[in-house]
Amino acid sequence: MALMTRELRASYAFVERNFNLSKRYWGWEVAFLVYSVAGALAVVLIGRDQDNARLILTLLVGATFWNYLSVVFSIIAEQISWERWEGTLEYTMMAPVRRVSQLFGSTVFAILWGLLHTTVVLTVLIFFFGIDLSRADFLTAGVLMLIGSLSIIGIGMMAATLPLIWVERGDQMVFVLQSLLLLFSGVYYSVSVLPEAMQVVSAFSPATYILDGVRLGLIDGVPIGQIALSHVVPLIVMAIVFIPLGAWVFGRAEAYAKRTGKLKRVG
Amino acid sequence: MTVTLERQGKSTAEDIAGGQATEPTVAPDGHASGAAYPSTVPALHIEHLTKRFVVGGRRKRKTVVAVNDVSLSIPRGEIYGVLGANGSGKSTLIRLVSTLLSVDEGKVEVFGHDIVREEMAVKRLINRVSVDAAFFKKLSPAENLMYAARLYGVDARFARTEMVRILGRLGISASRINRPLEQMSRGMQQKVSIARAFLTSPVLLLLDEPTTGLDPRSKLEVQAFVEEIRDQHDATIVLTTHDLEEAERLCSRIGLLNDGRLVAEGTGAELKAGVPNGRDGGDGPSTMHDVFMAYTGRSLDDDHEEKPADDDNE
Repeated sequence: MALMTRELRASYAFVERNFNLSKRYWGWEVAFLVYSVAGALAVVLIGRDQDNARLILTLLVGATFWNYLSVVFSIIAEQISWERWEGTLEYTMMAPVRRVSQLFGSTVFAILWGLLHTTVVLTVLIFFFGIDLSRADFLTAGVLMLIGSLSIIGIGMMAATLPLIWVERGDQMVFVLQSLLLLFSGVYYSVSVLPEAMQVVSAFSPATYILDGVRLGLIDGVPIGQIALSHVVPLIVMAIVFIPLGAWVFGRAEAYAKRTGKLKRVG
Repeated sequence: MTVTLERQGKSTAEDIAGGQATEPTVAPDGHASGAAYPSTVPALHIEHLTKRFVVGGRRKRKTVVAVNDVSLSIPRGEIYGVLGANGSGKSTLIRLVSTLLSVDEGKVEVFGHDIVREEMAVKRLINRVSVDAAFFKKLSPAENLMYAARLYGVDARFARTEMVRILGRLGISASRINRPLEQMSRGMQQKVSIARAFLTSPVLLLLDEPTTGLDPRSKLEVQAFVEEIRDQHDATIVLTTHDLEEAERLCSRIGLLNDGRLVAEGTGAELKAGVPNGRDGGDGPSTMHDVFMAYTGRSLDDDHEEKPADDDNE
């Protein structure tokens, strides 16, 4: 019990620290939020230009929920780069904290920050376009976001090891990985329009199931039970595979960094 | 020529093995304590420690032995100085003890805990101050210290009170602890760094060139604080420096590192006595500079440092 309390306190350290950092970098946070809102508006306006209500909703879900997924993914995947840049990586890595507690703290913050960010974006979009969501099944959207976040976290943990192994190129690799998730997951279109080979890849992206499922729930009002097998089960399987895999990969990468002295370098 | 010294409190492998299963004692405020360990167990015991790095690009890749077969034992309560030029292996040695680098060969024990097999137990007993004050510079001292307190399991209320007291002792007033660290001078930042380490009450404090780059006044304040820790608290300190006077002033014993090897060890007086002639071969008393020249064959100004291989450049 004492051990769990100590580890929870340690996890909270990462949540509190990240909120403090967001507060101190508030100018950048506002800038990113404005960029996200403007970007989402610009994308969804394509639907209005086409005078297509369904397209508006499709783009709105894509813009909003991709915003959420990318915020969560970025915060988790960039935690190593961030600390390396600040020069605190060694301090954090030598603290008596289990890596799982560290990753848990970063994840909690990522989800809370992602939800806050996305709520603002979604609110602006709903008011701007006067969206009618009276048919929407919010439970479907909520469940998919919750379960989907877990698998995204697993991928984020694996991505976080890239800057641990490749000090400079790691960041670039994370950026490329995020771009590929955007391309393969049908953020603004159905994955059925992708070439067949790309569709095979998209089946392994949790974002594919999250975005498609959220669209079904919010636009068509499909209850969660109807898409449990097609959307929820793949996400649960991915979470079960990706999170332990992410933790294992992180551990291996840390061991490699300690062997080669790569924790030392600062950005 | 190497000065061989009697090591106070040196324990046998059997003595140490007795403490291996022990978890560090944790006080109600969350602080670890070394009180649970027999006085015969050294605070730090290193046997034949070796660490190699691969340096250079793909075409000019070579292996450098950063720490080469180093053995030493530091009893509880001592300030042990590690003296050497840049690139001599001082920081690598500290990083190995800090669990930031993996051990290639040899053994390191902190209060009898093996740093490989009992990494978490060791981490609870140590803290480190590095040459570059590693902080979130946008955060205030209070925010940085609270982060450290939570990581080390120190009670938050205790930490809030204690950080004001420790920072005050180091000349940083309560009115400054909520301003971003980036607004503070390098000297002030280093003092906050020492306060952060001290807040977690480590029983083994690793100070890696804590006064390098500080102005003379800040340097003296930091040195005085280290002396205060030595005199008033149950802490063992390993201090790396290339400041000969600082090593002589603060350290009970000094080890000289040269090219990763421990080439001499002893008190300042013992080391100087081991060098027969004074500066420039004259008749005057030997100085630490003479000692350094005698054992390393170079001046402290002949600094060099090699970087580990960078896979990014492949």
